[in-house]
Parts: sequence; structure tokens; C-alpha cells
Amino acid sequence: MNWLRDWMMPLAASEHAKKVDDLYIFTFWLMLAFFILIVYLTVLFPLKYKRKKEGVMTINFSHNLALELAWSVIPLILVIGLFFWGFNDYVESRVHQNDAIEVHVTANKWNWAFEYPDGSRSIKALHVPVNKPVRLILTSEDVLHAFFIPALRTKTDVIPGRYVELPFTATVAGKHQVFCAEYCGRGHSGMFAELYVDTPEQYETFLKEGPEEFKAMPLVELGKFTYNEAGCKSCHTIDGTKSEGPSFKNLWGKSEKLRDGSSVTVDESYIRESILNPTAKVVAGYEPVMPSFQGLLRDRQILGVIEYIKSLK
Amino acid sequence: MADIVATPKSQSHGDHYDVDYLNDGSLLSWLTTVDHKKLGVMYLWSILFMFFLGGVFALLVRLELMNPGQTIMTAEQYNKAFTLHGAIMVFLVIIPSIPAALGNFALPLMLGAKDVAFPRLNLLSFWIYVTGAIIATVAMVTGGVDTGWTFYTPYSTTTDGPVALMTFAAFVLGFSSILTGVNFVATVHKLRAPGMGWFKMPLFVWGIYATAIIQVLATPVLAITLLLLIFERLFGVGVFDPKLGGDPVLFQHFFWFYSHPAVYIMILPGMAIISEVIPTMSQKVFFGYKATAFSSVAIAIVSFVVWGHHMFTSGQSQLAGAIFSFLTFLVGIPSAIKVFNWITTMYKGSISLAAPMLYALMFLILFGIGGLTGIFLGTMSVDIHLHDTYFVVAHFHYVMMGSTLIAFLAGLHFWWPKMFGRMYNERAAQIAAFFVFIGFNATFLPQFLLGSRGMPRRYYDYLPEFTFLHQVSTVGSWLLGLGFVIMAGYLFASLRKKMDAPSNPWHARTLDWQTSSPPITHNFHEIPVLKQGPYDYFKPFEPSVEGYHE
Repeated sequence: MNWLRDWMMPLAASEHAKKVDDLYIFTFWLMLAFFILIVYLTVLFPLKYKRKKEGVMTINFSHNLALELAWSVIPLILVIGLFFWGFNDYVESRVHQNDAIEVHVTANKWNWAFEYPDGSRSIKALHVPVNKPVRLILTSEDVLHAFFIPALRTKTDVIPGRYVELPFTATVAGKHQVFCAEYCGRGHSGMFAELYVDTPEQYETFLKEGPEEFKAMPLVELGKFTYNEAGCKSCHTIDGTKSEGPSFKNLWGKSEKLRDGSSVTVDESYIRESILNPTAKVVAGYEPVMPSFQGLLRDRQILGVIEYIKSLK
Repeated sequence: MADIVATPKSQSHGDHYDVDYLNDGSLLSWLTTVDHKKLGVMYLWSILFMFFLGGVFALLVRLELMNPGQTIMTAEQYNKAFTLHGAIMVFLVIIPSIPAALGNFALPLMLGAKDVAFPRLNLLSFWIYVTGAIIATVAMVTGGVDTGWTFYTPYSTTTDGPVALMTFAAFVLGFSSILTGVNFVATVHKLRAPGMGWFKMPLFVWGIYATAIIQVLATPVLAITLLLLIFERLFGVGVFDPKLGGDPVLFQHFFWFYSHPAVYIMILPGMAIISEVIPTMSQKVFFGYKATAFSSVAIAIVSFVVWGHHMFTSGQSQLAGAIFSFLTFLVGIPSAIKVFNWITTMYKGSISLAAPMLYALMFLILFGIGGLTGIFLGTMSVDIHLHDTYFVVAHFHYVMMGSTLIAFLAGLHFWWPKMFGRMYNERAAQIAAFFVFIGFNATFLPQFLLGSRGMPRRYYDYLPEFTFLHQVSTVGSWLLGLGFVIMAGYLFASLRKKMDAPSNPWHARTLDWQTSSPPITHNFHEIPVLKQGPYDYFKPFEPSVEGYHE
């Protein structure tokens, strides 16, 4: 009966989606059986007992306990069964795993923004690896929206001032459509996103190179973006003021005196080392408080930060 | 009470004692009448006009969806069109349609009463309805609103347009609904004819009674909710908007606490009409009278505790979701019992296929689809996929239009001869019924498929893969519209004829048929004393009104 499933449902891209389809198709056949019974009797009786002459008496058939019990109890048993089936699948789908990749989703009129564990962001395109549990944490900046992935048979309302979660594990690599399913005004019907379920290699590339937006950005711009979004700016100013760490203004090429008395010239290698292993060479007058960004920033982002610091003269 | 019951103008002059209610008094006197029949007729025309308006918006919405991208209007105009379609159809058409128009007309007649318990209150609730309709019209003309008929916050408190006015219109209309409910409850309790015990009442009365109870208990919650919404919008009181410290999900709980019972305010009267039309047109005793009467009351009670099934994806707790899912399935059982009772009533009957019966049979099939597809939506895991898609749109149109409005049409064709004293052209009625049936299914069956394939609702534009099904649906809406045009044609044509309807064209046994067509102003010359149950078609007819004969 796969043709029926394919005809009624979009591609099923997760195990959960297949379970939903199984229940949907089962319910379909069951309801169809009831429907055929109703239509058969609704058509049969008027034809069979069509009025032939006026003013005839009819039989006094006003109740029948067995019949009435049958059509109360049988549907009751069936719907209780359907309830447990649906409830079980639902609860299973909402339990997230501890090692899930967490992606923050922010909705606003009429856009979806995604923020990955490494601090990088993408707009209207969500990348996740295939066969790995993912947990979306969603919130809205303005009105209600709903994140709806037909291929995964899942959705959740996205609510301003609150975080909701949506766990899933996609099993079919490829591009899947995401809709906004809660009415949100003029741009509602265009509030799409693409879900890219990547193969391990593709996801590796994505992690290394970042989303499409990153690839399109010149290095300095990417560096500025990273400076603002990845947390550099909370300790490093760009106007020369001293903060938790040295200011980036006029930092390039400077010779810095270190805590151990030696000195170092600020060049590409030193900046790279300071991002990945910050406590190795701490400038005198500062505490070794900076965390390592190993694994959080992509190579091109590190290059970008270097170029950005170069540009701050 | 007796002094405010409508008395025939002619009575005081001592002549024309038998003048019918339609020709009793000047046209102007209709505006201040306390006669339940005239009020029913005035409700009928107001509701039919509003139905026309809501229908035009529906056709515009479907036309826009004929092709992806812009077809005839902009996204803003589309959002307003579907909002107005929904708001008009729910608040101004479907909720008042059967109780206020047909109920007002038929209920006192069926009970053997001269009028409802509080005739002046009845007049008040009609004028409140008109006031609400006018306020809604002002809101439409002064810009229209784009919130959807559900007014979900915080969109509704932040968008432009006369939202507060539109909300206020719904608030006002609620009072009309409450007052009608109070009136009907009192009427059923106090004004039954001698000999009419609770289980001798026609099932239409049971259905309207159950509806009236929900109207009285649930509508105040809507009133409070809409008032809070207006306060938030006008004065920035933070109730629902998180920016002001409110909770948008709270609005959904409040709203559906009314609006789910409201679904039964819509469907119970429809079921009530079918429970009247089927035994009468089959000349058969009703099968399972008590089960059907009790199932109306059971539905009324359970309807108060299932609102959360509109909110499976809203972030409510999983336990709440599970409870609501379970209770929702339970509502299915009394509905199933009713369907089997109606069908079994036809068994070995003497069935006439006149227009009221055609619509009743249509109801059985369409309500079958509407009810059975509800099972998919009550199932949690499946609902998560189908929620807010066209599947839901198709499902509730099968229930609201395919069931309630089709039942309304069954009732309209059933009581039309009694209301206006004229028969309509039966052949034309069959043709119209054919177009309504084909058109309705062509419009809404494809939408189930659109929904299960993932097409979200309230979309102005859509992906190209959905085009074909949308086009079938739009063409279907034209056939449906054609059916209604034909219907308007033969109904208006019948009004131009001389009065030709017999007092009891369907050989019914209930009291409403044991008076002239149209009835005299005070309904019956003598107070009827019930001699027979409402569906005693297994024994010879024995009139309960003295001096009445077919």
C-alpha cells in the first residue's frame, strides 16, 4: 500500500515520520470502512424503503439493546486503541537525547534564524547531520509562529517570551521544506526555511566552512561578524579602551610584553594561538581568563578575526 | 407573562380571528414585534444576508488561490478576506442560524406554546444581534481586520486596523446568544403543552435545549476574553502580550474554552434538525429516542473539557495534551450513536425523498466525513503533522458547512411551507441540492490531501506542487455557489406565489404542524393537549389540537 502513503503524504525523512504514516494509513482504512458502511446504509434504506403510497403505518422499532450496545462499545474500544497508539508515538518523539546537537532558532516576521553550537548563524537554512539527534530550541521575537517540517511530520508553535523545544533525528539526507504554520501576517506564506539534512561529509564541510552566508562574506566582514557574535567584544574593545583583555585597536604588529617577561610580536600566528590556546602567552597586566575557542570557530572565521584586527588602525 | 405575548391586532376589532402572522400588522410593526415567528423570520433574512456576504468572501479567497502568487488581490487583502469570511460565518451566520432563526420559529410551536417564555427579551436579543452585525460591518468598511477569526495574541494586539471594533462586535453578538439561550431554557422548562413530559418532546427541542445550556455557560467566557483583548489593545494592559508581561498561550486557553463548546453550539442544532427530518420523512418511530436525547446532553457536557485539542502544538504540557486527546475521542461516541440511530430510523420506513430528506441524507454522508476525519486530528502524533494545515480546514468545513449548514438547509426546506405558507419548486430544489453536494465535495475533499501533504492554512501563496488540488477546490467553490444561486431563485419565486401550502405537507406528528400554514399569530386557537408521542408513526394520527384535521 505504499502508493497510498506516497499519494497522501510527503516523503518520510525520519523513523518518527514513518510511524506517523503507519498510524495515519491504519486510521484511514478503519475510517474508510465506517464511511462505506454509513454511505451504504444511507443510500440503501431510502431506495429500498421508498414511499409507495401515502398514509401507511410503519413498524414500531424504537430500540434494541444489543444493537445499541454494539455501536457504542465497538467504536469506544477502537478509539481508545487509537488514543494509546497516537499518544505513545507522540511522547516518544518528544523525548530528546542528551548528546543531541542543540540549535537555537529565532523567529521573527518573516524570517527564521539559526544559531549553532559554535556561535555561527544561518538565515532560512538549517543544517543538521543525518542520523544524529538534534534538539531545536525555539523562540519568537514578535508574534506566534510555528516551525513545521512536513517531511519529519513534526511541528511546534514558537512563542514570544518562551523557549520551546523540538527534538528530531532525520534519517534521509537531502533538502526538506520548512513552513511557518501559525498565521503571522503579510509575509506568513513566504516564511520558509530549508532543512538540509547533510551526509557526514557534507556536515563536516558545513562545520568547516560555515553556512552559505559565511562563504559569501569577505574576510574582514566575517571577522567583524565573529567579533560581535562569538563573544570577543565582551573583553576586547576596538576603540583603544582597556578591558578584560587588550583592545584590538592598533594591536596589529605591536610588540607586547608578556607576564613571564618575554615579548612577542602580534602577527597571524600569535593571534591564532591566542584564540585556540589563550593561556599560552598572556600579555603583562592581564589575567589568564580567556577560554579557548578550539572547535567553536571555523578556520575561515579565525582568518577573518586576524584580518579584522589588521584593519583596526 | 401573558400580557406581553403577541396578540393579533385583528382580535381587538373582533374580526379576522384567523389572520396569519405574516399579514398581521403593518410592515413597521415588525420592528417592535414580540412574536417569536416574526423574530424568527427577521433573523432568517438577516442571517441569509450575512451568509451571502460571507459567501462572497469565500469565493474571493478561493479565486485568489486559483494560482500561486498574486491572482486577484494582495496578501493584505487576502488576509482580511479570510478573516472576514471566518468571522462572519462563525459569529453572524452559523452560531445564530438554527437556534435563532429556525429555533425561534419552531420551538414554541413544537411545545404547543403561544410564544417563548420572555418575548421582550427575544426582541432585545434580535436587536443586539443587529447592533453586533452593524458594528462588524463598520469594522469591515473602515479598513477590515487581518487577525483571523480566532484573534490570536500577540498578533491581534499589535496589528493595524479596527481590531478592537471587530472584537467588540463579537462581544456584543455573544450577548444576543446568551439571551436567546436563557430564553429557550426557560421556555422548554415552563411552556410545554399539557401532557408533554420531557421524553415526549420532539428531539429538535432536546438539541436546542442542550445548545442553549452551552450558550449560557460558555459565551460569558468569550465575552471576558474579548474584553481583556480590547483592554490590552487600547490601554496596554498586559494580559496576553509577553512584552507587557502577559502570556499568549493564556489567550488560546480562554478562547478555546468558549470556542470549542461553540463548535457544539453549531453542530447540536444541526443534529436536532436531522433528528426531526429523518423520522418525519421516513414516517417511522425514532430509533433510540432516549439515547439520542441523552447524547445531546452528553456532548454538551464533554464539550467543555476538550478545548486543549486545539493546542497540541502550543507548548502546553504533554499530560494536558494526553488528557485532552482522550476526552476528545470520547465526544466521538455520542456522535457515532446518533449517526447509527438516524440510519436505523430509516429501516423499514416509508421514505419520501423530498428536498428536506435530500439534505438530511447529504448531512449523514458529509457529517460522516467530518466526524471520521476528526479521529485523525484527535490522535496526538498524527495531529502534530496535520495541525494548522488544510486537513484541518477541510475537516471543520465538513462539520460546520457540510453538517450544520446542510442541516440548516434541511430545516429551511422542511419549515419553509410552515413559515411562508408556500411550497417551493421541488424539481429546482433537487437540482440545487445536486450542485451543492457535488460543489461542496469538490471544494473540500482535495483540501484533505493538500493538508496531509503539508500545505499550511491561511497561506496567500503556495508552492507550485499544490496548484492542481487548489484549482480543483476553486472550481468546486463555483459549483457550490451555483447551487446557492438556484436555491435563492426558487425560494424567492415561491414567495411570489399565492399561499398554497397545506398545514402538514410532510404528515408530521409534532405540534408545529397542527396549525395553519403560516400559523395564526397566537399559534393555536386552543391550548394543545398532547395525545401522542412526536414520532408515533406506528399508530393512526390523533391530533393534539382540538378541531385540527389534515
